[in-house]
Amino acid sequence: MIAETGLVLLWLAASLALLQLAMAIIGLRFDRADIISAVRPVAIVQGLLTALAMGALILLFARTDLSVLLVAENSNVAKPMLYKIAGAWGNHEGSMLLWVTILGLSGAGIALFERRLAERTLIATLGAQALISIGFFAFLLLSSNPFARIWPPPADGRGLNPLLQDPGLAFHPPTLYFGYVGLSVAFSFAVGALVMRDVTPAFARAMRPWALGAWLFLTLGITAGSYWAYYELGWGGWWFWDPVENASLMPWLAATALLHSVTVLATRDGLRAWTVMLAVVAFSMSMIGTFLVRSGVLTSVHAFAVDPERGSFLLALLALYIGGALALFALRIGSVRQGALFDPVSREAGLVLNNLLLSVILGVVLIGTLYPLVAQGMGVQLSVGKPFFDKTIGPVALILMVALAFGPLLRWRSDDPRALLRRMRAPVAAALFALGMLVPFARGISVLPLIGLILAAALAVASILPLWGRNLRRTPLFTWGMVIAHLGVAVAVAGMASESAFTRERLVALHIGQGVQVGPYRVGFAGVRPEVGDNWSGIGGVLTVSRGGETVTLIPQQRYFSDPVTTTNESAILTVADGQLYTVLGERNPDGRWQLRLWWKPLVTLIWLGGGMMALGGLLALIGRVGREWRTKRRRRRIEMGYLP
Amino acid sequence: MKRWLLWVPLLVFAGVVLLVAMEMHRPADRTVFSRMVGKDLPAFDLKPMLADRPGIEPALYHQGKPRLVNIFASWCVPCAAEAPELAELAKRGVAIDAVAVRDTPEDVGAFLKRWGDPYARIGSDPMGRVQLALGSSGVPETFVIDGKGKIVKQHVGPIREDDIPGILAALEDAR
Repeated sequence: MIAETGLVLLWLAASLALLQLAMAIIGLRFDRADIISAVRPVAIVQGLLTALAMGALILLFARTDLSVLLVAENSNVAKPMLYKIAGAWGNHEGSMLLWVTILGLSGAGIALFERRLAERTLIATLGAQALISIGFFAFLLLSSNPFARIWPPPADGRGLNPLLQDPGLAFHPPTLYFGYVGLSVAFSFAVGALVMRDVTPAFARAMRPWALGAWLFLTLGITAGSYWAYYELGWGGWWFWDPVENASLMPWLAATALLHSVTVLATRDGLRAWTVMLAVVAFSMSMIGTFLVRSGVLTSVHAFAVDPERGSFLLALLALYIGGALALFALRIGSVRQGALFDPVSREAGLVLNNLLLSVILGVVLIGTLYPLVAQGMGVQLSVGKPFFDKTIGPVALILMVALAFGPLLRWRSDDPRALLRRMRAPVAAALFALGMLVPFARGISVLPLIGLILAAALAVASILPLWGRNLRRTPLFTWGMVIAHLGVAVAVAGMASESAFTRERLVALHIGQGVQVGPYRVGFAGVRPEVGDNWSGIGGVLTVSRGGETVTLIPQQRYFSDPVTTTNESAILTVADGQLYTVLGERNPDGRWQLRLWWKPLVTLIWLGGGMMALGGLLALIGRVGREWRTKRRRRRIEMGYLP
Repeated sequence: MKRWLLWVPLLVFAGVVLLVAMEMHRPADRTVFSRMVGKDLPAFDLKPMLADRPGIEPALYHQGKPRLVNIFASWCVPCAAEAPELAELAKRGVAIDAVAVRDTPEDVGAFLKRWGDPYARIGSDPMGRVQLALGSSGVPETFVIDGKGKIVKQHVGPIREDDIPGILAALEDAR
């Protein structure tokens, strides 16, 4: 019954989305206030129904109802509860349902809380959102019904890729989805503003929390995904420039640019066309990225295979939405008045530079990701990887860091270059200090990590300077957010540069009882022992690891999953204040020695700490912005009601 | 700003969609292309692994008849998984030579007793040198060699049931 109820809920929600779109169009076209006023309630109910349908699917997975095809194919009775629930969105149909759910809920959220925007622009926005939802509803209902039954039900389900049975990954896809969908809301706002020719600071302020929230989730998702790949795949790397990773990085880059340009529009009424364009691009990147990954068009480590019918359907949706928005942009933006102008040395100019550099990086990532596809079209098989991206993106990213150090110290509208240089004295001193510290090691380090470390030091100091001389208690929360996020960039870059410059790697084959030195650690191989888990068995290598007088035992494992048959390497990682010791157990050689892969990675944890700080900064900025809006609104209402002068 | 510039993003996007649409309707091809395909088999002499049959010598691959070279090891689980498929190929009269990588006669003997023995010859490659020379990165891998010592196909990973027709076709073409 649950499955049928879920399907009915889905159909109802889809009809309401259609109604929402029709009402928005008719209401706006014929100026019918009565119809316009009914759009908000419809959006709220539509969101609720979709959420209930998702709830039904989660319930089916939690109960392992094997008469439902999707459950039978992606779950298993023996699977731990957490992964049963995560299984609900760890597959094609479920992830699409999760997408419309978040889309519907955010539509309901706008309908409930958004009061700043001109009512007609808001209705156009809700109409655009309904149009996006309809596409995905049609996709779910016509070609990938998550509630389809199977008869007779199998005795047990087919399980889930064991690599994906990890707490980090259970929540990695939904986090990214929140980000993608947040960008779809920004996209809808942009479409609404274009339709109504209403690109104003009020529009920017309405869009900003969604862009900020989306960025926050994308940052968290990418950071968590990077750490997952690092410890789960056992390759010791934290970023592989895999198409899947690029698919999440591209919207993040666009969202980062959007976040900064929307501030110019909200505060100074500048960069109107550019901000609208970025809102369109950011969502386009999430759709293109998801499509490339999900359709199996690009071969990737974690490609999902989708049959051509579904692929064509998704591609048609994508072409319709993005193509439509870009055409609307080309037609309408000419009639949007030019925004405020600014000096070449000003906060605005700094933000424009930030936007341009981020766009360059975005363009390079896009080209690098699509190039194999172009080559494939010409009959050549190749992949574009780390060497290309490191060489092209590394230098641009370093220039971006310099801009990032200067930017927050600039004044709006116009600034004096000499005064700016005076403000930069402390960061420059920090850079020189870092250079001095690095001289003894400089021989063995390549140029990019070296510059990265120096700039990280300068940026760390520069990012705190906006707080200098301020009353810290009265500093608004969003300023704290900016400072912490920028400091997070410095911390993450320091981690990346340090990992790249100072990592020590040993690939050895050891007899039991032998030992080897890696960085500051002495690793002894004490033997292997059998290990058993919920739905896997395996062997663990017992490593006694010592540094100074302290000894710890690490047990990297090889796990064998029976359903489906898969082997995974479970790395064992020792985290200490100044880095991580990363150990992986490999194959047994015929002569009885065991292969071990060992890395000492100084300060590598800073990468994810920095990512976390960026997300925290985003959260503070979001709370600060929304809080301030809310306080002004309350104050205005009190004045209107005569409580306050 | 020039008005036509506003249409550039749409054009770029249309190009991407076109490219993806074209790629999507091309049948999926999972073959790994090796630089070795089309090249001559490097000459190698491998000592026999077992007492009951000879090892591998370069002259074998210049006798006008195509042969398979299967790189395997007794310590490799996927090698056991492809045993029935190799047996099937051998039953159809295909000559299969094995390069046993980093292995011992006892282990190889036990492996063949347990999983079946499709091999015409077995050479011992104690250091994995031949494996490297062939451009092979792991076990198992299978090469189709034509009668003139040229590599015509490389199959990476275990041979599955649905790979057999492709391998037979390559052998037929090489004749």
